[in-house]
Amino acid sequence: MSVAMIFAVAGLVAAGTFLVTSRSLSRVVLGFALLGHAAVVALLAAGGPAGAPPIVDGQSADDIANPLPQALSLTAIVISFGLTLFVLALARRQQVLTGDDLVEDDVEDRRIATTEQAREAAIDETRELEQSNDQQEGGS
Amino acid sequence: MSAVVALCVVLPLLASALVLGLRRQAKIRDLITVSTLAAVTGLAAALLFEVDRDGTVVLRVGDWAPDLGIVLVADLFAALILVVASATILVVELFAIGQRRTPAGADPTVVSPILLVLAGGVALAILTGDLFTLFVAFELILVASYVLLTHQGHESQVRSGMTYVVINLFASTLFLFGVAIVYSATGTVNMALLAERIPALPEATQVGIGLWFLVVFGTKAAIFPLFSWLPDSYPTAPTSITAVFAGLLTKIGVYVMIRFFTLMELDALGPLLLVIAGFTMIVGVAGALAQDDVKRILSFHVVSQIGYMIMGLGLFTVAGVAGAVLFLVHQIPVKTVMFLAGGLIEDDQGTSALKKVGGLATSKPVIAVLFALPALSLAGLPPFSGFIAKLALVDAGVASGAYVIVAVALVGSMLTLLSMTKIWLGAFWGDVTPSAVPASSRRSVAIMQGAAGLAVAGTIVVAVAAGPLWRMSEQVAGDLIERTPYITEVLTEEVREASD
Repeated sequence: MSVAMIFAVAGLVAAGTFLVTSRSLSRVVLGFALLGHAAVVALLAAGGPAGAPPIVDGQSADDIANPLPQALSLTAIVISFGLTLFVLALARRQQVLTGDDLVEDDVEDRRIATTEQAREAAIDETRELEQSNDQQEGGS
Repeated sequence: MSAVVALCVVLPLLASALVLGLRRQAKIRDLITVSTLAAVTGLAAALLFEVDRDGTVVLRVGDWAPDLGIVLVADLFAALILVVASATILVVELFAIGQRRTPAGADPTVVSPILLVLAGGVALAILTGDLFTLFVAFELILVASYVLLTHQGHESQVRSGMTYVVINLFASTLFLFGVAIVYSATGTVNMALLAERIPALPEATQVGIGLWFLVVFGTKAAIFPLFSWLPDSYPTAPTSITAVFAGLLTKIGVYVMIRFFTLMELDALGPLLLVIAGFTMIVGVAGALAQDDVKRILSFHVVSQIGYMIMGLGLFTVAGVAGAVLFLVHQIPVKTVMFLAGGLIEDDQGTSALKKVGGLATSKPVIAVLFALPALSLAGLPPFSGFIAKLALVDAGVASGAYVIVAVALVGSMLTLLSMTKIWLGAFWGDVTPSAVPASSRRSVAIMQGAAGLAVAGTIVVAVAAGPLWRMSEQVAGDLIERTPYITEVLTEEVREASD
């Protein structure tokens, strides 16, 4: 595996992961495209050094490139192409429903967060009341 | 007999293409779907009988040598799980036929063909003897599940569907990297060859590969801490869909984990697996206790129960793996029927929130029975299948001296019983709430209850046939730990002649 290939994979994975963690689905799609490329490059690199096209026409088996990772990569490319389309369709549906393509919070998470906030607000309020009561008592 | 192995994968996919064209002929479509799924279940049962009697059946697709082509391997483990899985999909399809044309029901023109694709993908994932074909099978299952989860296009489904799709896409990409790593380390993707070459690698490489695939399969199986997508997305789908997801998809992840980790001799990960198992049990059940909706409670239980199977695997003994296999066989029908019962509640009351439902034990005694039997089994009370499976696991844990995980498993069981009691108190006792079924509803309660009843019968069969099943589980576990039957059957010089 050449160093250039390793850096190519590393760069693609870094950029892809950064995009996938984004809230906007269109960026997530781009992120997965990059990650898919990175996986394909890694697969090809795993197949050993580059060589002549793997066609049996009198060449010795030592000269040609390993055809198995190429076949695996093709399958992986087709699958990731189909899934990219599905995620785009999902993003479109989200846009129709809510006007944007942002990934939303979990409903339960939000509920817990709001009850937490409400409780904190209530605690603060009672504290303020107690303080003002104390001040009044101190003043009288 | 090797033709049967191929038919289990090909038949549902062919039927799916056929059914996709029959958008208007509902009767023919249902007939084809149900008869195909029934045929696959029958073939799987015949395969199990054959494999149990004569040993592993190996199919070399296109007659290629195993290191070049794809092999499908039906050993006892694969055949056993295939029977349970295809029977489960059949029951769910029957339920979906009964439930259609209600707001909660799935669209039959979509569900029939996609469920068949799912059945084909599940069969391929169970039977494949090749790491890359396993990736393709996972994709087949996942694409089907993406469509099933989001096909109604409701806002909640699109929201949770995104989380589900993004997490699973990421796991699939990691799987692909894993294939690249394994290929560059060993030069093959055939599992039997990997089983010979991976244990020969340096120990650090072995552990690295093991950890990588623990993350990949663990995301599919929803183990701690990779489970957070599951309780968020499962409850939003139509009930019949949630039932097949909860009963089957995570269990396929567990099946593949058991297969991969035993075959690659990754015993070094055993202690880590036990820690993960303990956290999965407790965190899952604690999440369930905090919920107040039947479907959400059950979704957290899916996570919690995965912990028990991982515990059996983590012990890496014959008794432990046998317990995990038996637990898998018990868990698939039980989990499915619990969600179907949850679906019957939702169908009758219009909601499955515990605060809004009550008194079903008097108003709908059939639903109460359909819920109570698997609930007791899930909590692990005798004489149900859950008790036998948990007893086997606890016994194996004590035999290995892993007392901490045994204690955690027992505490988890108690908490499971507690949260089942919570559903029972909330939904089945208390003041009777009126049924919320619109008069114009075209659903068929008889078919829905019949399908759920079939699944309950399945769980009882697991309990009654515990003797033979335990014998099979022990044989499966012995073969898995031993590894040689699998490797020699796949790599034998002579192609095994079809014995039919």
